[in-house]
Parts: sequence; C-alpha cells; structure tokens
Amino acid sequence: MTNTAKADVVIIGGGIIGAAIARELSKYSVDVVLLEKGPDVAMGTSKANSGILHAGFDAKPGTLKAVTNVRGNQLYRKLHKDLGLDIKYTGSLVVAKTAEDMETLKDLLVRGNENNVPGLEILDKETVLKMEPNLAQDVAGALWAPTGGVICPFGATIAFTENAVRNGVRLQTECLVEKIAVEDGKVIGVETSQGFIAAKYVINAAGVHADDISRTAGDNSFSIRPRRGEYVLFDKAVAKLVNTVIFPTPSKVSKGILVSPTAHGNLFVGPNAQDIDDKEDVATTPDGLQEIISGARRVVPNLPLNASITQFSGLRAAADGGDFIIKQSDSVIGLIHAAGIQSPGLTAAPAIAEIVGNILREQGMTLNEKADFNPVNPPKSKFHALTNEERAQLIAQNPLYGRVICRCESVTEGEIVDAIKAPCGAKTVDGVKRRTRAGMGRCQGGFCGPRVTAILARELDMPVTAVRKDTNQSYLFFDKIPASCEVKSNG
Amino acid sequence: METVTRRLSCIVCPMGCLGEVTLNGAEIAGVSGFTCPRGEKYAREEVTAPKRTLTTTVRIKGGHLPLLPVISRTALPKESVIECARFLSNVEVKAPVSEGDIVCANILGLGVDIVAARDLN
Amino acid sequence: MVNTYDVVIIGGGPAGMAAALSARKTGAERVLIIERDRELGGILQQCIHNGFGLHRFKEELTGPGYAGRYIKMVKEDRNIDVMLDTMVLNIESDKIIFAVNPAQGMIEIHAKAVIFTMGCRERTRGAIRIAGERPAGVFTAGAAQRMVNMEGYLPGKKVVILGSGDIGLIMARRMTLEGTKVQAVLELMPYSNGLTRNVVQCLEDFDIPLHLSHTILKVHGKERVTGVTCAKVDDNRCVIPGSEFDIECDCLLLSVGLIPENELSQQLNIDMDALTSGPIVDQFRQTSMPGFFAAGNVVHVHDLVDFVSQEGEIAGAAAAQYANAELSAAEKTLKVSGINGVRTVVPQRISIADGQAQPVRLFMRVAQTEQRVTLCIESAGEMIQSRKLPIAKPGEMIVVELPADAAARCQDQITVSLKREV
Repeated sequence: MTNTAKADVVIIGGGIIGAAIARELSKYSVDVVLLEKGPDVAMGTSKANSGILHAGFDAKPGTLKAVTNVRGNQLYRKLHKDLGLDIKYTGSLVVAKTAEDMETLKDLLVRGNENNVPGLEILDKETVLKMEPNLAQDVAGALWAPTGGVICPFGATIAFTENAVRNGVRLQTECLVEKIAVEDGKVIGVETSQGFIAAKYVINAAGVHADDISRTAGDNSFSIRPRRGEYVLFDKAVAKLVNTVIFPTPSKVSKGILVSPTAHGNLFVGPNAQDIDDKEDVATTPDGLQEIISGARRVVPNLPLNASITQFSGLRAAADGGDFIIKQSDSVIGLIHAAGIQSPGLTAAPAIAEIVGNILREQGMTLNEKADFNPVNPPKSKFHALTNEERAQLIAQNPLYGRVICRCESVTEGEIVDAIKAPCGAKTVDGVKRRTRAGMGRCQGGFCGPRVTAILARELDMPVTAVRKDTNQSYLFFDKIPASCEVKSNG
Repeated sequence: METVTRRLSCIVCPMGCLGEVTLNGAEIAGVSGFTCPRGEKYAREEVTAPKRTLTTTVRIKGGHLPLLPVISRTALPKESVIECARFLSNVEVKAPVSEGDIVCANILGLGVDIVAARDLN
Repeated sequence: MVNTYDVVIIGGGPAGMAAALSARKTGAERVLIIERDRELGGILQQCIHNGFGLHRFKEELTGPGYAGRYIKMVKEDRNIDVMLDTMVLNIESDKIIFAVNPAQGMIEIHAKAVIFTMGCRERTRGAIRIAGERPAGVFTAGAAQRMVNMEGYLPGKKVVILGSGDIGLIMARRMTLEGTKVQAVLELMPYSNGLTRNVVQCLEDFDIPLHLSHTILKVHGKERVTGVTCAKVDDNRCVIPGSEFDIECDCLLLSVGLIPENELSQQLNIDMDALTSGPIVDQFRQTSMPGFFAAGNVVHVHDLVDFVSQEGEIAGAAAAQYANAELSAAEKTLKVSGINGVRTVVPQRISIADGQAQPVRLFMRVAQTEQRVTLCIESAGEMIQSRKLPIAKPGEMIVVELPADAAARCQDQITVSLKREV
C-alpha cells in the first residue's frame, strides 16, 4: 500500500545541510518535505563533529569550501539571534611548534587573506602564551583568527529544522529513502519506507550515504568514503584550560587534533582521522582515544583526564575530489547534490543552502518569497540561565518549570516537555538531551535518564518500554519477566 | 566413610569469617574458625540444609509507588529461592500496606511467610 | 516569603534524617530537611536487600526498613519540616539557600547552620572511557537498581556487570531473581571490593562467574548492546595483549565507583579533600566554612549505613550548637592525614577548643588489601594509639577512637599509617 504524497522539493537527510536547505527554501512558496531515516534530525555527522565555526583560512581559495565557509560564517551572525543558536565567538589559534610550522602559518595567512577572512594575524610566542597560559611552553607562535568560534551543531540542526517546519516545511522522520525514482532522465519522486513521494526536485543531502542514494538514480559520478573522528569530552569544571579554539598546525589530511571549548561550556579534544569502510561504524576505539589524548597533550600538556565525561565518534563524508559537491546532477535532471560535506560543512551550511536555492532557480523553479515567512524561532525558556525572579514567573505560569529533572545542568520538567511538544520535537531520550542538555552533565544521565524516559512515555502516550534512547530500535527498558517463563534453578 | 573438609565464608554478618566444616559422609565431624555462635549455626546449616533470606519486590496497586519491597520473614531453602522470587513476580497487593504485613503466607508450602519491608500508602 | 530555620539539612537520606533528629535533641528549635525525591529515605529506598542496621538496631533490616525507622521518628517531630520534590539550586556564604519545587516555585530559606547530606553519584562509562559504540543498554548499577526496584522495569535480559563492589554484587543477584541471565561479573582488581557474604550470596549461589583482574575494552551494538569485549590485566592494571574475549549480552551494568555529590560545596569554595572528593571536615563535621557541616556519603563513601547515621548525628548536634552560638571556635586545628598505606582519613581536622573533652572517632580506608599490619596513629613522632589488623581491605572502613585527652595533647599534625610486619 503506498501513500500518494507529493511535494515540489524533497530533501533527503535531516543533518545540518538538509536542515539549512529546508529553512532556506521555507522562505519561498514552495512545498518542501524533509526526509530523515532516524527518529530525529542530527542523527549522523551533525551530532558528532567538532562544532567549530571556522574562520575560513584553511580551504583552498576559489573552492566551494572556501567561498561557503566565509559566507556561512557571516550568515551565522544574524542566524544566531533569529534561530536561537548556541554560538561563542572565541576566536581560534593555529599553534606552531617548529620553524616549519611557522612557515605553514604564513601560508595559511596568505590563503586566509585571499579568502577574505577578516582580522588574521600571526602572534609571537609571548603573546600566545599570555592568551593561553596552559599551552605547551615550547610553542613558537600562532595564527589568530578572531572570526572563529564554536557552535552547537545539533542545536543548529534542530533550530534550522524547527524554523523550516514553522514556516511550512513538512518533516518526516523514520522515513528511509530507498530509491530516487527516475523516468526519461528526470526525477519523478522518491520511494521511501513510508511510501512513494512524487517530486520534480530531489536534494541529496544524505551525508555518508549521498553516493549510495545518488546511485539509485543512476548517477555514479562520485563516491563517499567515511573518515572517522573520535572525541573525548570533558567536564565544565575544567573548561578554563583554554579560552579559544586551539588547532595544531594542519597536515595535508586533516586539520588535526583540537583542544577546544564547546558552545555549552565544556572542553573537548579530537578528532583523529581514520578511513574506514563501514558507514555505520561510529564506535570509539582504545587506540583512537589514546591517539587523540596524546595528540592533544602535545599542545596542551596538562589534560585533566580524570575529568572526562564522555567519548563519541563521527564520520566525515569524504568525497573523492576534495571539494564539496553542490550542483545539479550531470545525468539526472532534477537531482541536486549537496554532498561530500566534511569540514567546514557546519560553518558553510547556510551558504550551501543559498547555492542550492540558486541552483533550483537555474533549473527553472520560481522561488516567490512568502509574505508571512517568520525568520525567528520563539525563544526557549532556559531555567539555568534565568534570574530567580524570572524563574518564579515561569513557574507561576507552569509548575513543571519548578521540578528540576537534570540536576547537573539544572534542566526542568517544563523545558523537557517543551522540547517534546515543539515542532521537530524530541521523541527519544537523546533527542531530549540534544534540545535541553538534560543528560549532558557529569553524571551523564544517571539521575535524569529514568525520569526523562518516564516524561517521554507520558507526553507521547506510550509505555516506558517503547521509549528509545536514540536510534530506531534502541529501546531502553523491558517489562519484568512473568513467572511462567522457563527459569533456571540452582542446585 | 570419606572425610571431607569444606571451607566456607559465613554470611550472617558483614564480618564474613572464613571457617571450616569437616564432614564424615553426611555427618558433621567438626566446625572451626567461626568467631560466634551464629556463625557456627550457619556453617552447620550451610553444609546440610542451606538457607537464604529472600528480598524482592511485588507489584502494588493504588500506592504512590508501583512496587513494594518484600522480605522472607525467615530463611528459605536455598534451592527454592529463585522459584519463590519468580512466583512473587506475579503477585499484586493493594495499598495501603504496613511494614510486616503478610504479602504471601507459607510461600510454595515451604512454611515461610513473605512480608512487606516498608509502609506504602 | 522567607523561611527561617536554625538548621537546614540538604538531603533526606539516612545522614540527613539522623542529623535532623540529633539537631533537635541538641536544642535546635526549627529544623528543615530539603529532599529532591518524592519521599525521604535517600538511596535506602531502592536498596531492598537486607543487611542494614546490625550495629544501630541490632537487627538486619532492608534499606527501606532502616529508612522507615528514621522516617517515623522525623514525622513524629513537628519541629522538623520536610520539603519533598525540592531541589536546592544554590547557597550563599551567608547561609541563604535558594531552592525550587513545583508547588511553591522559588523558595528562599535563611539558615543559621547548614548540613550537606546529599550522598553521592555513580562513576560513569565516560569517566573511565570504555571504547566502542553507544547503544541503549549501558547503565550504572544504581540507576538500574532504581528502575528494577522502584519503577518496575528491567534494564536488560542478559547482563554483564563491571565492578565487584557491593552494588555490582547485589545487582547480580537481583537481576538473577528477576529471571534474567547474568553472564559474568568483571573486576579490575585482583580481589573483590565487596563483602565476602555478598560474593557468596550473590555470585556463588547462582554460579555467576567472577573474573578478577579483568576489564572491558569495548561495548558492541548499534542500537542495543549486543556484547562486550573483555581482557585480562596485569599487576599494573594494563591490558595483557591476546587475552581479549567477547561476552554476549544486551546490558552492561557499571559498578565502578561512587563520587560524593559536591556541587554545592564547590560552589561555595569550601576546602575539598582530593582523595575523598568530599569536603575537609573536623570532628564535628564542620567544613572550612563556619556553620556549614557535612555528613554521610557526601564526605566520604561509606560501607555501613550505621556509620552514616552516626556521622549525621555528629553533624546535627554540632550544627544545632553552632546555630545557638554554643559551638566554640577552634583555638588550635590539628591536621589528620593518612600516609604509608592509609589512603583516606575522616575527619581531616581536629578542632581543639577550651574544654575539648570528647573522644574523636577516626574513619579510614587503606589503599590496598594488606595482611598482618598495625594501624598507627602518631603525632610528632609519638605513638598515640595503635591497633593490630590481621587483614585490612580498601572496601572496609576502619574505625578507631582517640581518647578525649589524646588529641588535646597533640601539638602537631596527626598521621595515620600502616606498619607492616617485617
């Protein structure tokens, strides 16, 4: 049984790119549906990356990476307030240890200037150590980029999606795209686990699976090899170790192992870069964790290992070719790729969305601005950030704001219920976590986990045993076993 | 008659004294190493007819919590502990309950009562 | 509306309740217990096994049974107020407390003395950095215990437990009684930290394998746990290459350590002991900030709830005296520290004031299991007290009482150490 659903544009992939494109297109009178195979957006690379707002000196001038990085960085300044994003403008330092490194810094400076990155400057050892006293004492200097910063990547994905949905975009989660349907060399729609959706335009923002999805349409023009990066996240109590984003001098393959604050006030180190085959392998490894800890220690020797609170890894969608693939397919009309998006993809996202909009126009689509487009997400109540008076007022409106569920991060039941009920609301425990921070503190959900589970069950009107942690089948708890079942008795 | 010496740790109190029981076939020939009379009694029982206290939960309806912790008033034969626990998983009582109320009398005919371990309203 | 109390106690578990009763007995007129859960009792309410109260009540009660005794006494005293479902958000150094609950909203409380009895939290997977995937089914043992014993759900049906301390052992039995299969208990050290009785009753009774000197390298499973990779470790707790093996399971329970819950103490910049992770306290359980006291697991992790109650009583009495301006300021403060095999000692300070005439109980833990040692309490080269210990284990707190005059006579710091038989 198939649903006969249709849209003007289908976007495949609820990551930061798909979400940014959805939000961009929601400005226009276009019927857009965003498809995501997991129960939530930001389930792939978008929730497991460095969360850096790149200044833009790293990418080769003239490439899409370079252009979209700088443009995206600028666009975030306004999006910050409109969408309610978590961004800290910390600036970033690329730290040099040797004379050879210092030469590389000079190359980055030249490149950055060519890319129109504002404010770049090479700082001497003394200045750098004054800015960052916990760096290794044998640093030689650093490239300072004041427009660099940190941004919560899954928060941004959710915020883009929410604004898109508020402006009319349809979001379908747990919807796996199996095939892009093509007739006479033109896209006619997508076959999904929830039925067929007819559409003339399909945007391929499917992350590590972008090549697989493209192949179903007959377009074999690129391939994606996942490159895994592991991270260790530290307690907020040790976040003062560094004030800015610390990069090592980059190699040809990767930007290297960072030591960085996060937008929420934690500290992280990572990532390494390991080419793997399995597109579903987001395990951390003992060797990988050791690699990033050793790498980070070269730059910041006194890493407080006993303050680590979690580890995770993410997959970069590394395309052969090296640059972003943002273009109309050469072989299938109506198929537009936004693929091969690795660093600086998060920063570039809003700019990539603009380019995709332009490609649609070039393909003959009329994009008429909606008169009632609202660029602003309603601000969220964040109990931990309010004054006592503001808190009292909030609780008077709704007593659920008076029950603290996550005591590590001071998140109340009211905020958790809001996160579940919002457009693009949370359906899983980790979905609640990513929207409210409940479970991101030092006890990692030990206290709040069962409580969040119970709240989800209540709000979504399902049994506790139906609540999932994150992925489609990640059920957390089971009913107790009735006595009629076979039981092993001891002698 | 075979003489066997078994080494046991006493479980009566947190001290966990390590002692020995010597058996001549099925008869106890000697007990040593336990520092109190309760320990000796435990050791003798453990090698002949071991017993255990059972603590588990039963379901409770109408209370402010869904489960009621229960305890066996006296110790059960060790080999029937799991069976009793599984039996109790099907038992449901009604609130209010007082600590000591019998939840299951003479469980599985073993002569041991299972009682509420707390008040639950 | 401002609430004023003589003594405010944060945390209504065994330490907090004992403190409240003791404060009242010592003359505090108005006492408040603030508790974040829906009832008093703290962690005891989920500890449905027995073994509690042998010292205090001369009986072996279950956790809820022990809690019930104290809850009854607290309820009977009309001068002890209790706020349930209430979270303390912050405390200022002048003892103004801001708390919140759904019924009353933001609450401001003024105290003359404050007692921290917040207990502890569990060490997480992230803190010990177990690699692998992050599927559903990895829980700390205490969180799982709450789900099984109070909410009525199972965390899994085929379980591996990391950590053979009492919590891990108790959960091995609990999960077995609930009809699940406990595949193994793994322990990093070459010995179990738990009580011998628990190794017998929880593992041996059910033929659950205990792998000493083992650790977990990886968790497997994309959506739900499918298994773990374990390995043997050497004397330095380093993985022995080639010793890796997999155990199939859908649930990993972590019993890898408890950490005193010290958000509030740290907010106030109270001096902390890096070894206990709790505040530095004197024999009255007063912290470095006058009028702020601490007792129970928030000071150092206990094995016996009887000692927790005892500590609560000490803090409660002293807090009441402080509130009534009856607690003499210290003229001299002795430092107490553990060296040479003694890892932690509480109290870390002894306050000497005029008329100091009470004995002082020292609670300590050794760094590793040792046999045939002598515990020595010394000051300025002089032996104040000693005790022969046939065996000393890190998992069992040692209590020694210093006679009243002994501490008063000391001029210098007191050290507690182990002297091994040559």
